Amino acid sequence: MNLGALLPSAIDGLLLGFVYGLAAMGLTLIFGVTRVVNLAHGQMIAMGMFVVLAVASGAGLNPYVGVLLAAVVGLAAGVVIYVVAVDRVINAPELTTLLATFAVNLIIIGTATTLLTTSPRAVDVDMGALRSGGVTVLGTHLVAVVIAVAAAGALYAFLFRTRLGKSIRAVAADRAAAELMGINSRRMLALAFGLGTALAMTAGALLATLFSFNVLSGGTYETKSFVIVVLGGLGNPTGALIGGLIIGLLEGVTAVVIPVSWVPVIEYAVFVLILLVRPRGLLGSRQ
Amino acid sequence: MLRLRGRSRPFLPVLLLIVAVVAAVPLVTGNPSMREELFFMLLLVTLATSVNVITGYTGYVSFGHIVFFGLGGYGAFWLMQALGVHFLVAAVLGVIPAVLVAAVVGAAVLRLRGAYFALATLGILEATKAFMTNFDPAGGAVGLSFNFSIYAQYGGAKSAAELAYVFMALVALAAIAASYLVRHAKFGLALMTIREDQDAAVVLGIDPARTKVAAFVISAVFPALAGAAFFFKNGIIEPGSAFDLTRSIESLVMVVLGGVGTVAGPVIGAAVYEWLRGFLITSPALASFQLTIAGVLLLVVVLFATSGLVGVLRARFPAVREWLE
Amino acid sequence: MSALLALRGVTVAFGGLVAVDDVSFDVEEGSITGLIGPNGAGKSTVFNAVNGVYRPRAGSILFDGRDIVGMPSQRIARLGIARAHQVVRPLTDLTVLDNVTVGACFGRDGLGLAAGRRRAAGVLEQLGLADRASQPAGSLNVAQKKRLELARAVAAGPRLLLADEVLAGLNPHEVDEMLGVFASIRDAGVTILMIEHLMQAVMHLSDQVVVLDYGRLIAVGTPAEVQADPAVVEAYLGDPRAAERLMADEP
Repeated sequence: MNLGALLPSAIDGLLLGFVYGLAAMGLTLIFGVTRVVNLAHGQMIAMGMFVVLAVASGAGLNPYVGVLLAAVVGLAAGVVIYVVAVDRVINAPELTTLLATFAVNLIIIGTATTLLTTSPRAVDVDMGALRSGGVTVLGTHLVAVVIAVAAAGALYAFLFRTRLGKSIRAVAADRAAAELMGINSRRMLALAFGLGTALAMTAGALLATLFSFNVLSGGTYETKSFVIVVLGGLGNPTGALIGGLIIGLLEGVTAVVIPVSWVPVIEYAVFVLILLVRPRGLLGSRQ
Repeated sequence: MLRLRGRSRPFLPVLLLIVAVVAAVPLVTGNPSMREELFFMLLLVTLATSVNVITGYTGYVSFGHIVFFGLGGYGAFWLMQALGVHFLVAAVLGVIPAVLVAAVVGAAVLRLRGAYFALATLGILEATKAFMTNFDPAGGAVGLSFNFSIYAQYGGAKSAAELAYVFMALVALAAIAASYLVRHAKFGLALMTIREDQDAAVVLGIDPARTKVAAFVISAVFPALAGAAFFFKNGIIEPGSAFDLTRSIESLVMVVLGGVGTVAGPVIGAAVYEWLRGFLITSPALASFQLTIAGVLLLVVVLFATSGLVGVLRARFPAVREWLE
Repeated sequence: MSALLALRGVTVAFGGLVAVDDVSFDVEEGSITGLIGPNGAGKSTVFNAVNGVYRPRAGSILFDGRDIVGMPSQRIARLGIARAHQVVRPLTDLTVLDNVTVGACFGRDGLGLAAGRRRAAGVLEQLGLADRASQPAGSLNVAQKKRLELARAVAAGPRLLLADEVLAGLNPHEVDEMLGVFASIRDAGVTILMIEHLMQAVMHLSDQVVVLDYGRLIAVGTPAEVQADPAVVEAYLGDPRAAERLMADEP
């Protein structure tokens, strides 16, 4: 156990937690509004990574432009996925919607693997580093946090200050009642789905500035998102953000204290425990 | 006078006969590659049929179904490798860890509903896999492997493979029979009532907790036996192949493809799924797009044919209805 | 004859809201008791307390001399209390026959599948649903679903039947038919406790009437006694038409 490494690892984990939280917010937003668990979530994250790759390596632009582009592409992609794969079965039992999003997941993985191959990729981003008292924090990590917080803030502003956002929240609370009040619930569901995937792709884009990746990298982040979403409360975006911080911190701390390979065991054990003891999550689910 | 719908057609014996005859072909012709294919097919039939009990009949979507396959596999493998136990005994004993998890963890997890339950089973699967990866007595990330001399007691590797094959075929047949018996028993009616409306089920006198756990335990037995056979034949077991989430979800896909909550559905679904996959892999133009095509097909089935192939067949050919359920 | 069901000081509360307040009454075996009161009086809550859906904060509920407070609903069902709900809950994807079979197989008599199916068929004949036996329950209209709900409860072979507004939404002809069905159920030895708003039906059929208002019991007695009770009339004055119906003794 190396205590000297504990603080920097914990800080790093916490910073990473913001990005995890952003991804999880996307997943939980979709569930909270549409009651659908988006099994294509991981692939959305992976696609965000590749948008940054395309912008930085392909077009030679600043990678952070890619982050913005990822958000836009994510929004469009989510709406399309909803309309094509989910809308028709929105009221069907869970198995149907789960398999529908899983099918989308397969389609994306298949197409991406064929077109992009599974070779590892990386985007070189140098934003310097911040040094203080023996702790070094990479600039890319700080920028990622700033963007993640900004994105979360934008989401909140949208949900709570705009008419469209309030309509989405109405649909989340009670779809039938919302329709009676003249809200086009179908459009709101599509929009919510799009926002959710936009957040996922943005998170993926940020991760691309931090780590190397490949077409299949989405998987681990997807399961991490599930853990966070349950921890924070299904359907609760604030819970997802805080859950992300907790998981990030947990990872950072435990990686120093115990062998790295045990970290997933702890994460999943916590996951199952929360579902058993407090399924509504730490902050309560929006149901 | 109300005519009760009795079992006027021998559906089960016919289905079992078809499966048994198909399974017998490679044994009779001595064709090893066909035996390999059918071995895998019978495994899929077992997985799909057993997950249908908890997902199709009871309505609880389980993402973690494959955990029983892995637990049975590891249990039996360890007994054979460390203690030299004979395969048949080891396979039966290997059911114990699977059933224990289904009963104990299941009791807790089955209190959850819908997506929560599905996610919880996912958590259990991943937690078990992560744990086994770190658990050195079971070989950790590398897993366990046989010293090839173990096959001597079965008359050599080829005989051992044949033994595993026959065993797998019997397990598949047993799973189908069990699925049928459950569906046509009072127990099956209780499961379907819980699926429809658990609160109404309680008021009608059904004990939901005990009934659901029983269904979960039943669904765990057959994958455990199948796991024992699979890894016995392979001679090696490690966490990645024992607790493969994709395989878990594939079982669900096969069930939906064939027809959720039916007896023949999972069997047909498994057969069609595996045939499609074999076709896609061997056709060079399509191989790289395999997953994409699978996804598109799944989406089409989910969106347009929710009652699966069985539902489609029954709708288009009414004569088939009494033969196919 | 002793009381099959006895409520003693039953109070059901949800946080600060007291829905049923210190209610006591008996239901004699083999009788039909009507439970009436203005909307929101707590009648369905009493039912929920009796069959274990809600746990009373205070009081005891004796079924055949045995306190069933705190017992899980499935056990209460097996003891012999069956319920036809006000908001019907058919098992929509199962057939009508299967719906009623569930009642027969898991209720008090706990029949095997084949015996349960036979009894279910008989009950369906009795309730006029025999020709729809193999249709999915979801395809029935509302009145038929109500009859299915009752059939499912009756098929369990209960000792006590809790009938929650079974007559609501039926036309006069159907009401008459259903009253006959209730009478024959009673004649077969089943005790009935029924919540109804159809005054003439309740007064006509019941041996005893229990009146609730704001969760409190305000009158218990024969139909004649209850109709003449000023407290009851006053409770219903909030709804003058109901009071009128109460006072008129329409056949």
